[in-house]
Amino acid sequence: MAMAQALPSDGVMRAADGTPLKVALARAERRERLKALGLVLPLFAFIVLSFLVPIFVMLYNAVYDPDVAENLPTTVVALQQWDGKDLPSEEVFAAFAADMKKAQESKMVALIGKRLNYEISGIRSKVIATGRKVGAIEAGPYKDAVIAIDKIWGEPETWATIKRSSSSYTPFYLLAMLDMRQGVDGSIEQVPADRAVYIDILKRTLGISLLVTFCTLILGYPVAYMLATTPQKTASILMIFVLLPFWTSLLVRTTAWMILMQDGGVFAQFMNVTGITWVMNLLGVMDGPPELFKTRFATVVAMTHIQLPFTLLPIYSVMKTISPTYMRAAKSLGGTPFYSFIRVYMPQTLPGVAAGCLLTFILCLGYYITPALVGGPTDQMVSGYIASAINTENNWGKASALGVILLIATLILYYVYNKLVGIDRMKLG
Amino acid sequence: MAVPSYFTTGEKIAHYSLRVFVMLVLLFLISPIIAVMPLSFNSESFFTYPMPGYSLKWYEDFFFNDRWTGALRMSFFIAICTTILATFLGTLAALGLARTNFPAKSTIMAILISPMIVPVIISAVGMFKFYAQLDLASTLLGVILAHTALATPFVVITVTATLSAFDKTLMRAGASCGAPPHTVFFKVVMPLILPGMISGALFAFVTSFDEVVVVLFLASPEQRTLPLQMFSGIREMISPTITAAATVLVLFSTALLVTVELLRRRSEKLRGVQA
Amino acid sequence: MKKIATLLGAVLLAGTAFTASVRAADELTITSWGGAYQESQRKAFFEPFIAAGNKITEAEYNGEIAKIRAMVEAGAVSWDVVDVDTQTALAGCAEGTFETIDWAKLGLDRSKFIGGDVTDCAVPNILYSTVAAYDTSKTAAPASLFEALFDTTKFPGKRALQKSPFVNMEWALMADGVAPADVYKVLGTDEGVERALKKLDTIKKDVVWWESGAQGPQLLADGQVVFATSWNGRFYNAIKTDKKPFQIIWDYQAPDWDWWAIPKGTPKLDGAYRFITYASDPQRMADQTKWISYGPANKDSAPLIDPAILPDLPSAPDNLKTVFYPDPQFWGDKGDELRERFNAWLAQ
Repeated sequence: MAMAQALPSDGVMRAADGTPLKVALARAERRERLKALGLVLPLFAFIVLSFLVPIFVMLYNAVYDPDVAENLPTTVVALQQWDGKDLPSEEVFAAFAADMKKAQESKMVALIGKRLNYEISGIRSKVIATGRKVGAIEAGPYKDAVIAIDKIWGEPETWATIKRSSSSYTPFYLLAMLDMRQGVDGSIEQVPADRAVYIDILKRTLGISLLVTFCTLILGYPVAYMLATTPQKTASILMIFVLLPFWTSLLVRTTAWMILMQDGGVFAQFMNVTGITWVMNLLGVMDGPPELFKTRFATVVAMTHIQLPFTLLPIYSVMKTISPTYMRAAKSLGGTPFYSFIRVYMPQTLPGVAAGCLLTFILCLGYYITPALVGGPTDQMVSGYIASAINTENNWGKASALGVILLIATLILYYVYNKLVGIDRMKLG
Repeated sequence: MAVPSYFTTGEKIAHYSLRVFVMLVLLFLISPIIAVMPLSFNSESFFTYPMPGYSLKWYEDFFFNDRWTGALRMSFFIAICTTILATFLGTLAALGLARTNFPAKSTIMAILISPMIVPVIISAVGMFKFYAQLDLASTLLGVILAHTALATPFVVITVTATLSAFDKTLMRAGASCGAPPHTVFFKVVMPLILPGMISGALFAFVTSFDEVVVVLFLASPEQRTLPLQMFSGIREMISPTITAAATVLVLFSTALLVTVELLRRRSEKLRGVQA
Repeated sequence: MKKIATLLGAVLLAGTAFTASVRAADELTITSWGGAYQESQRKAFFEPFIAAGNKITEAEYNGEIAKIRAMVEAGAVSWDVVDVDTQTALAGCAEGTFETIDWAKLGLDRSKFIGGDVTDCAVPNILYSTVAAYDTSKTAAPASLFEALFDTTKFPGKRALQKSPFVNMEWALMADGVAPADVYKVLGTDEGVERALKKLDTIKKDVVWWESGAQGPQLLADGQVVFATSWNGRFYNAIKTDKKPFQIIWDYQAPDWDWWAIPKGTPKLDGAYRFITYASDPQRMADQTKWISYGPANKDSAPLIDPAILPDLPSAPDNLKTVFYPDPQFWGDKGDELRERFNAWLAQ
């Protein structure tokens, strides 16, 4: 309406109340923006407080570890003077004896032992025994008396470890998750081969995730193609087969696979009846009846089953937007059906393939329940070791360090996904 | 669907082998569900065919044993509370994000969606430790808050999807007709985004109803949910009651699936999208 | 908006009311090992205790001390009484994970309990034993325990073992030729640990690892394994109740106690004490043997036990011909180290 009026003499367009239009618009814009912020704020605050903060506080444990410094307070101070070459001085041993007496009273000895044991295998029981016996030392010299309790206190390496732990921050857990550790002189070295398991676990996690992603793509792509190209009525019926498992509880599906994959169970029966067992035996892939219970095979099959809809649906929704005229055009220009499919149709589906595969790969990295139930001990992924670090070892540093590594891998892929696909374009069902 | 007559032999082979392949994959998708359901009627407690006889005793156990019924009630209660909270928070946020020129929209969206992406074991362990300090671990409220965090991304995504096709001139039309903002919301916006909200709510419900890892760490025995009961049952030993529970849950998810599908069609019709 | 707000308010209110009703102050959460054992405790202790006007929530675990530690350290103790094995009782006592037991408050005579002086933090309840068993309808009797577990040529097929180093490592060393008396001397050294793992390596691919006590008998019943280990009461229950044709191998059985312990920081300390006193009654402890073949730790229970079950108890003379007594103190001190090493070995 302002446009209808002639421009005022100063050449500034004004709103009805006389403020310049530019200002009024900016004001309205700001109001609108504040309103939008106000709508988003409750959820944003909720997610930050109830979800992000807890995760970051927990992951902080990967580097923050005050157990030794807090429970051997005077020892670590006395150790500052030690050059690290020979045994520490009498002073250090006196401080150590005093700290240990206190720790024995407050029942903190086991905690010290547990922490030191991460770096010196077998020291936990020695620390506990020392805690029990240290009360008997009433006066100095402490050095010989302490070493008499256990000769581990006569090793410079023990004291180097305690000195390293004197800071509340430690690179120990993160290094350990890369199968590395700090030597006596503080340099970084490989851990012995019989202890080096974490790189393998990381590789295994990535390997299983890749394999499952690949399987879902191989199985899902043709299905998506057929769903996108058949008439709507048939497609909606076929779609039920895809969506029903998608909506079924993950635990139910995992349980189902666990039951089916027993030795001599339904899946093995199926293999016997269809002759797959016979063929496999003939090819020498298998020896005797199928052994599927708690195996890598069962894990990959179950995970592929669970992830298939996540890969398939984004591909399907991209395929639906591809007009059949392109294929017709390609063929009419003389391309063979196969050639046209590869050169004309497939490139157009790539965004869907990328979206589906990335999503599946990201979700696979975090699998815990399925490998735990259908897999064996060598099929467990990073998440499984995080759970067992808490449940069977109560080792928060290790759980957090594994968590940091898993989270970094996930976030990198999430970032790529967001750039490539756009998080706001994610669709469900 | 017949093959067009101009297809070459090669195309025909490709066409039929594709169909066979697709049927096999669909069979693979549905088979574990179909194969396990009959086992829940087995009169004996093992899991191979042929079954020696039929019995409803595992269903009797599921529906009349306090453990299972208590777990079922607990799951419903937690899932309903989660759904209400998540739908409320998620819809508001989606409405805000849908406004044009929202600052750092992509980053904020990424943060709001992150609970869906972060491996659930990390969320569970982190929440356990943090909630314990607030005396929220082993409480019903703690579980509900945790589930709400995990469920809101689904609401945000579905409502955002509905809003992306939403014609904003409708709101302006409402406002220019003199309606105050909340009237515009309830009379104009709400009916149009309702299908998205409901399907988001259903996703939120299912997320909470199926969730096992967070309750494994955060819940005390007093908050034993159905998945927790199933999980401890599986680790203990698989009793056929678990297959009965699984069958009931499959039927339940079928009902949800049908609801969401119907809603999606209704939403597309409302927004004038060609089906 | 108002409607939604009102609805939300109503739900939260209902939730609070519901929470309040669930978390009744006098309701005890008692955690045990599940399966047939917990069923026997339910019949002998929980149900009469509930009938006497108390409230109990039951929970199961697989003996993971770390779970209790995590709860106590986080200050979120939701278990009030927990059934633990001896190494857990000792380790938890040293670390302050469990309350120190006030026997006067319990009103019990400590000297009446077999092993009552082993730890200050728990009350012994039963004596059980870790054993192996096989299905007589499918497998011939092995000459010894070690043949059953380690001779895969004579007995091809899988074995079900507990996913824990406890007893498995000792058996592995003895099967490798270590004299029973020297087992802990050897296992106390790094070389000894590696020797035990090397012996276990020979059957690693033939092992299905179980975590809960019910799984051993179940894997045996389902024909997934030729031999399974478990606790003797679990096999007894499968034989008596489920009529399975199982035979227990008592050769080198490994007896141990189970205990009632109270995690430190429980808000229901008095209730926990009342329950332990209730469950330590000689008659009730004798009653428990009706449902499972574990020996009561209360000496006063002995004359009250039905004689029919005596041959099935680990303490029956016929079952004690060769026996290996695990050293709980060794495990209390070294358990964490060995579990960590064992887990790393499993992951490889």
